[in-house]
Amino acid sequence: MNMRWTIGVGLLAGFGLCWAIPHYEWLDPYVQLVLMYLGINIILTASLNLVNGYMGEFSVGHAGFMAVGAYVASILTVLVFPEEGSAYYFPLAIMGGGLGAAATGLIVSIPSFRARGDYLAIVTLAFNMIVKSVLENLEVVGGPRGFMGMEQLTTLPWVYVWVVITIWILRNLVYSKYGRGMAAIREDEIVCDLCGVHTRRVKISAFLVSAFFAGVAGGLYAHLLQFINPRMFDILKSTEVLIMLYLGGMASLGGSMIGATIYTVVMEVLRAQGGFRMVLMPLLLIFLMLFRPRGIFGLKEFSWLIPWRDLLLMRQLRTRKEVPRASAEG
Amino acid sequence: MHLLKAEHVTHRFGGLCAVSDFNLRLEPGELVGLIGPNGAGKTTVFNLMTGVYEASQGSIEFEGEELVGQSPSEIHALGMARTFQNIRLFKKMTVLDNVRLARYAKLGYNPIEALFHIGRFRSEEKKILAHARELLELFDLAGHLGELAENLPYGLQRKLEIVRALASNPRILLLDEPAAGMNPAEIGHLMAFIQKIRKDFGLTIVLIEHQMRLVMGICERLVVLDFGATIAEGLPRDIQSHPKVLEAYLGEETPG
Ligand SMILES: Nc1ncnc2c1ncn2[C@@H]1O[C@H](COP(=O)(O)OP(=O)(O)OP(=O)(O)O)[C@@H](O)[C@H]1O
Ligand SMILES: [Mg+2]
Repeated sequence: MNMRWTIGVGLLAGFGLCWAIPHYEWLDPYVQLVLMYLGINIILTASLNLVNGYMGEFSVGHAGFMAVGAYVASILTVLVFPEEGSAYYFPLAIMGGGLGAAATGLIVSIPSFRARGDYLAIVTLAFNMIVKSVLENLEVVGGPRGFMGMEQLTTLPWVYVWVVITIWILRNLVYSKYGRGMAAIREDEIVCDLCGVHTRRVKISAFLVSAFFAGVAGGLYAHLLQFINPRMFDILKSTEVLIMLYLGGMASLGGSMIGATIYTVVMEVLRAQGGFRMVLMPLLLIFLMLFRPRGIFGLKEFSWLIPWRDLLLMRQLRTRKEVPRASAEG
Repeated sequence: MHLLKAEHVTHRFGGLCAVSDFNLRLEPGELVGLIGPNGAGKTTVFNLMTGVYEASQGSIEFEGEELVGQSPSEIHALGMARTFQNIRLFKKMTVLDNVRLARYAKLGYNPIEALFHIGRFRSEEKKILAHARELLELFDLAGHLGELAENLPYGLQRKLEIVRALASNPRILLLDEPAAGMNPAEIGHLMAFIQKIRKDFGLTIVLIEHQMRLVMGICERLVVLDFGATIAEGLPRDIQSHPKVLEAYLGEETPG
């Protein structure tokens, strides 16, 4: 109970801080920008973790969903919603971007019924390329030149709110029967089906939710840069998300936050080094895979990210285990 | 009516006919042994009954409902559960979650309630937790609730697989070589265990087993499979001396 209060107060304090930083200019605008990128990267990584980490699929086209979200949200704010009061329509535009991405997530989930592993990876790769080339050929959104005209509506408090929503929703899903279903699909899909789980439905939900938040991240990204073009959402962008994911660790929301933070910060610190940073990160990843294949925080979780009922249960089980029991054969 | 009626079930893998014209009728409460030499098609029969494979020909009816063409989860919902020849637990999941997963379909909340942890979510999760605990308590696994399934000793993994199968309150339980890797003392325990769960859970059981002591000791009826075809069927003591059975096992261990 105490912990819930601490979390509530911490969340509010975090929001206060994110509001105060830009308002009182406590930090350099550049640092603020990096913080916003960090938030967007956390949303991307955590959402990909649902499919790749918790469910054990290998989806490599996350930037495709991000692109859909970015374009849909931008079209909404620039072409659809009225200009005055655009700040009020902003959350709706982000939701719209998320829903658009979720719709494409639904389409991508269908091949996942049959294909697994390498095959699904190729399907998602192709999806990423298709999204990019469709956007390049859509003149209404500027084709290869890109789309602009968005106001800078993405602010630090907004990024903070969306990060909190993302992590909270993903956590809720993971600690539910659907989360158990995803883990069981990862462990043994056929047995999962034999245990009465409608595996297709679970896969659809995972892809939908994962794509939704990638779309949210895309919308935020577009309204931070105020300019998007199809090349921003190519395979390289997807790879970046994969690096953050595997760096932080599979099946762990805390891991995604750690991975995104390390990656974002290191890349910024090395910005002056030019091409060198594009070598360092993959190298780091190779070392990590060799010496700690499950990532920094794989299969672990911060206790404040675990619903308190589950946390209580886990603590109870841990102490119970230490009590020696005479094990009788049934 | 029969609880389960399999008729003329045939299944081919490419050119290999793994099961040919298999027939089986189950009465409620029966304990039937399915035996036969290695590669006879026993496991394939289980896979056909549970929907892992779709029979090339024939029909399998569960209380009059056709199973061929239904998905494993649909068949599971009708009340069929099984274990596996090689243990197939969800290794990186806890003992508790292995059991909770098997009641997935019995949890009455929808995705929206799960996303926000609202509505029926709390009460349903509470119910399933209580049920899983009770069940694991009953089988002396309560002390291992929070352990990863892969960390259990072999014998307990076998047991957990049965408990997971029982978690959904099935009507028919299919056991694929439950005594594999057990010593004679453990097999003795297992025989009592199977009898007990059959009684307590009101189960109808089909058992695949090479351990003749176990098969002869607890099965009321035996079906003998060889090269995918039923070659004999009857009481254990008649089967023991059945000429075709002796022939099928020639070169292998003699039953009994
Ligand atoms: N998925 C598959 N693809 C191709 N052939 C298969 C497949 N599964 C089983 N078989 C073949 O079908 C035949 C029957 O196999 P099955 O596993 O049902 O035998 P079994 O009676 O369970 O044998 P055991 O006592 O060794 O477990 C074997 O020849 C086997 O090689
Ligand atoms: Mg077998």
